[in-house]
Amino acid sequence: MSIFLNENSKVIVQGLTGSEGMKHGRKMLAAGTQLVGGVNARKAGTQVDVDGTSVNVYGGVEEAMKETGADVSVIFVPPKFAKDAVVEAVDAGIGLAVVITEGIPVHDSAWFWAHACANGNRTRIIGPNCPGIISPGKSLAGIIPANISGPGKMGLVSKSGTLTYQMMYELRDIGFSTGIGIGGDPIIGTTHIDALEAFQNDPETEAIVMIGEIGGDAEERAADYIKANVTKPVVGYVAGFTAPEGKTMGHAGAIVSGSAGTAQAKKEALEAAGVKVGKTPTETADLARSLVS
Amino acid sequence: MDLYEYQAKDLFAAHGVPVLPGRTVDTASDAEAAAGEIGGAVVVKAQVKTGGRGKAGGVKLAKDPAEAREKAEAILGLDIKGHVVHRVLVTEASDIAEEYYFSFLLDRSNRTFLAMCSAEGGMEIEELAVERPEALARVPIDAITGVDKAKAQEIVSQGNLPDAVADEAADVIVKLWDTFVGEDATLVEVNPLVRDPQDRVIALDGKVTLDENADFRHEAHAALVDERTENPLEAKAKAKGLNYVKLDDGQVGIIGNGAGLVMSTLDVVAYAGEAHGGMKPANFLDIGGGASAEVMAAGLDVILGDDDVRSVFVNVFGGITACDAVANGIVEALKILGDDATKPLVVRLDGNNVEEGRRILAEANHPLVTVVGTMDDAAAKAAELAAKAGA
Repeated sequence: MSIFLNENSKVIVQGLTGSEGMKHGRKMLAAGTQLVGGVNARKAGTQVDVDGTSVNVYGGVEEAMKETGADVSVIFVPPKFAKDAVVEAVDAGIGLAVVITEGIPVHDSAWFWAHACANGNRTRIIGPNCPGIISPGKSLAGIIPANISGPGKMGLVSKSGTLTYQMMYELRDIGFSTGIGIGGDPIIGTTHIDALEAFQNDPETEAIVMIGEIGGDAEERAADYIKANVTKPVVGYVAGFTAPEGKTMGHAGAIVSGSAGTAQAKKEALEAAGVKVGKTPTETADLARSLVS
Repeated sequence: MDLYEYQAKDLFAAHGVPVLPGRTVDTASDAEAAAGEIGGAVVVKAQVKTGGRGKAGGVKLAKDPAEAREKAEAILGLDIKGHVVHRVLVTEASDIAEEYYFSFLLDRSNRTFLAMCSAEGGMEIEELAVERPEALARVPIDAITGVDKAKAQEIVSQGNLPDAVADEAADVIVKLWDTFVGEDATLVEVNPLVRDPQDRVIALDGKVTLDENADFRHEAHAALVDERTENPLEAKAKAKGLNYVKLDDGQVGIIGNGAGLVMSTLDVVAYAGEAHGGMKPANFLDIGGGASAEVMAAGLDVILGDDDVRSVFVNVFGGITACDAVANGIVEALKILGDDATKPLVVRLDGNNVEEGRRILAEANHPLVTVVGTMDDAAAKAAELAAKAGA
């Protein structure tokens, strides 16, 4: 097993014909993903050659789903058009929409999230501004390098892309059921808690690594959730202890405002919930390794 | 991006929110002239992007133009929590009957927007939220349906604003919502929102934060950037398209790829620095996934131009861009910089093609570059070199 994405997932790419879409479409195919189509209204009916595999381009998500049975869409369209792309995926009722696009205005994210809620949350949204999700050896929906780690029994959920890669690489001796980057924007579709719940229910996952960063209170809420609901061992890492107040650290959501959103508060909340928190990524990986061996 | 009060009020006025007439000036003589034009008593207000101006002596009443000049002289140049006052707003002095609090903001936890409203304005809202939370109404706003008159009336009523101003306050709130959405703001705060003796509702102060991700649909927002108060290194980095933040009291320059990894690098350096005379990170710099030679050179150029920096830690995880490409980028960047590269570089590479990346750096054998295998050890080395350079 794995969470949200497996070997049977049929994946389309909104924005496949763009440079990012093509680049990562190739890598997804190489990672074993069943890439069944692309979406571009202006290039409907054409085919694109993705490393020797001919992939059909459809006019819309609904049509692509009808023709291919797709249940996952990966969205690479530029920020300006991202809201419409997500709304289209939601309206088509696709099961999972992975929004890679960075730099989407937060009013647009708030809008598509409200739209997804109003539609009964049929579509799980991951992101935006995230590296996506990988179930190693099975499927990749996003831009996570597939060759840095293999399948195994760790589950990973992280706000940060490169820390996801770093942690998967550090723990490549153990491997992962699923690694998921939920993104560093203020409004995201899938939270730490959603991933923790799914990992808790996934028989293949034995332990969970959770990576957080400054800003908001998602880690504190996750800590409460872990205390009440998660019986599998969890280790944590929080980035941003040295971040000064009022300065955005790269991610739109990574900002300490007043006393809210500090790394120290997050670490303390996690530790109070019984989560071991590493001081550095490497120490965190060592803690995780000690839990499963 | 946080705006100054006068910029926030300009946006308010453009969306029909009532504000008092005023002029923004940067000299005392202009303040005198502005007071003369406005007529009567005026308030001279320091324009700084921080709270607590009043307590710091940055807001003064002046009864005539001569006194406005005097007050402006006292306020200009004042240091308020590290923000030096370069500009004052001279505005009509109003008679205030009551002060309220109002804001629209992003509610991250609930993934929507929130209106906050209280009949008890004027004070620090954080204090009110702690001391009398029941006096502060929090009303969730649906991003799609937004705020119409009926919703605004609901907010006014939950905030316990008096009946006499309820209707007018609701109109103002609808216009503040127009500002919030129309300008792609993540915060619109009015504290105080005042009732004058004629029962008019006026935004006496204004705090607005704009979402820079939305700049593509707001050409006018570029003009709101105040280059004067930007850190020169940050301004230089911004001009090169780099994601850079200068940190105070640091000695180790940091370059990395990915926001999370760079944030983590700062922490690991500060942690390692404890054993080396308290060396600290001097900046945040995320060069993104690409890590090309040009971007690496631009990043190094900014960091080496920082007089605080004594050593540099380049921390890259080769994911999408493999380590050999990153190593070539570093070697090329050092060629581009030539004699301008003067400080020791500690490089940690890991991930795809790491062996090839390390081989390239070993072959280049640049006298300033030390390659270290792990992030923790590299941080310690960078801190050690910084401590040595300062000794």
